[in-house]
Amino acid sequence: MTTLTDNTLPVTPRAMRDEMIVFVVMALLLASVPFTGVYPFFVMQALCFALLACAFNLLIGYGGLLSFGHAMFLGTAGYCCAHALKVWALPPELGILVGIAAAFVLSLITGYISIRRQGIYFSMITLALSQLLYFIYLQAPFTHGEDGIQGIPQGHMFGVFDLSKPTVLYYVVLVGFLAGFLLIFRIINSPFGEVLKAIRENEPRAISLGYRTDQYKFLAFVLSGTLAGFAGALKVFVAQNASLTDVHWSMSGEVVLMTLVGGLGTIFGPVVGAFAIIAMQQYLAGFGQWVTVIQGSIFVVCVLTFRRGVIGEIAHYFRRSL
Amino acid sequence: MQALYAQLLVGLINGSFYALLSLGLAVIFGMLNIINFAHGALYMMGAFVAYFLLSLGGINYWWALLIAPVIVGIFGMILERTMLQWLTGLDHLYGLLLTFGIALIVQGVFQNYFGSSGLPYAIPDQLKGGMNLGFMFLPIYRGWVVVFSLVVCIATWFLIEKTRLGAYLRAATENPTLVRAFGVNVPRMITLTYGLGVGLAALAGVLSAPINQVRPLMGADLIIVVFAVVVIGGMGSIMGSIITGFALGVIEGLTKYFYPEASNTVVFVLMVLVLLVKPTGLTGRAA
Repeated sequence: MTTLTDNTLPVTPRAMRDEMIVFVVMALLLASVPFTGVYPFFVMQALCFALLACAFNLLIGYGGLLSFGHAMFLGTAGYCCAHALKVWALPPELGILVGIAAAFVLSLITGYISIRRQGIYFSMITLALSQLLYFIYLQAPFTHGEDGIQGIPQGHMFGVFDLSKPTVLYYVVLVGFLAGFLLIFRIINSPFGEVLKAIRENEPRAISLGYRTDQYKFLAFVLSGTLAGFAGALKVFVAQNASLTDVHWSMSGEVVLMTLVGGLGTIFGPVVGAFAIIAMQQYLAGFGQWVTVIQGSIFVVCVLTFRRGVIGEIAHYFRRSL
Repeated sequence: MQALYAQLLVGLINGSFYALLSLGLAVIFGMLNIINFAHGALYMMGAFVAYFLLSLGGINYWWALLIAPVIVGIFGMILERTMLQWLTGLDHLYGLLLTFGIALIVQGVFQNYFGSSGLPYAIPDQLKGGMNLGFMFLPIYRGWVVVFSLVVCIATWFLIEKTRLGAYLRAATENPTLVRAFGVNVPRMITLTYGLGVGLAALAGVLSAPINQVRPLMGADLIIVVFAVVVIGGMGSIMGSIITGFALGVIEGLTKYFYPEASNTVVFVLMVLVLLVKPTGLTGRAA
């Protein structure tokens, strides 16, 4: 059976070097954004989603687990971070930590429940769990229901960086994104990541080699959920609100789409996919519901003809791992 | 007590929809190995076709009950022929993603033309009014929905478990190559099975049109509850999905009476509890 990510190539020292070069190019490009005329809020938003998609990709691309409920980590971290900033008046760095901690706890619980089933059952369970949370947040008092948490103070990061200045905020978000990205990069290329890939390729064989595959998948789930929470906490500073859209399951679908377009199981794919989808939403906003139709069509086209995604196709063409 | 019986009835009706939808999902899953994410959108299409038949063609509810599932079923078979069949041999998850995309397209198109608000569909004259059962007042249409879907569910179960056609179907799920060698046209059978499953969804849509309004997103949130029903019941048996569907509807209705705050979440909470005790679901086989 063809697995979801048969496009990934083995990592050799040469591949590692390629990946590092591409990373440096990407970092430089992103760092120069404030000097070009590009609207920084668009890039910041895309960076948050790129981090979310990378975290999601860690789970599906390397663990073979399609979570259809990753929005719950994004939304939970967002709500908790926003609540910490606004009601508890915590400084930004602690607010982010609160958001990450919330996503960590949530991923421990949901991971424990969902990791027992595989394949489509795993997807359906994660989807149902995120819908459960959606209804809880709809009714819980601290989320303010349909209104969401608004007017969140941005504050000074570490007491120094004034986050209400777009350029300062941009670099803080960029550093956050790059840190998260490097962490995922490190996880993928660690012995743990290798075992994860082995499980994806052939779980019975990994079990027969003595690996407790459930523990590896659980750890991957927790790492992925926590990093998705980091993206959610960063997003609070960019959007200055936390709302139900971030928890709704259609958001989980968008994350899947971003990763699929960029290339499942490629390191840079989710970043490219996130920028492509966010740009599409930005520029097609005037078309109303047709955006949904276009997104659906992209899903269909990707699954039928373009399963490797943008980066996957490029990597395949040059026979490099990207 | 009146309110309790009323909620029980609502629960039974929702249970009928859960059962019809999860039954269709089970039938499709059995043959195509695909979790049909588009099921909710096709359920919605069923309701819309009934609405069009009435408003444009003046064709009444009874004919819609027959025609809408056929039209949507044919639409489903076209989908299967043009798209889903190319996924044979690929990971199950691709089927989920493809049908998710199809659902987005279908819902998006309907939202463009009809907005998000609902269109009314009148209860047919023959089923208007109600009956006094002594302990409660039963609106006839609601009673009809429960009885009719029960009949359809049992008929589907009979078709698959007790007839020769069903035997071919089950054999083809186990070993398609061998069944093909006996001269059975397996690809055509797969297409027809998808049509059947989709038709069941559309039938549920027609049944629901007079109760809930006809809305583009009527299937979108329902399908996630149905997924939870499927996870709870497991997709092992046809009967399992029917019983789980009805039972969960009733439990949901009871929750609405005793603790309304939890009525949206009770199915998901049950799912968590069942998964903690029996990860394969109540009637499920190991996936």
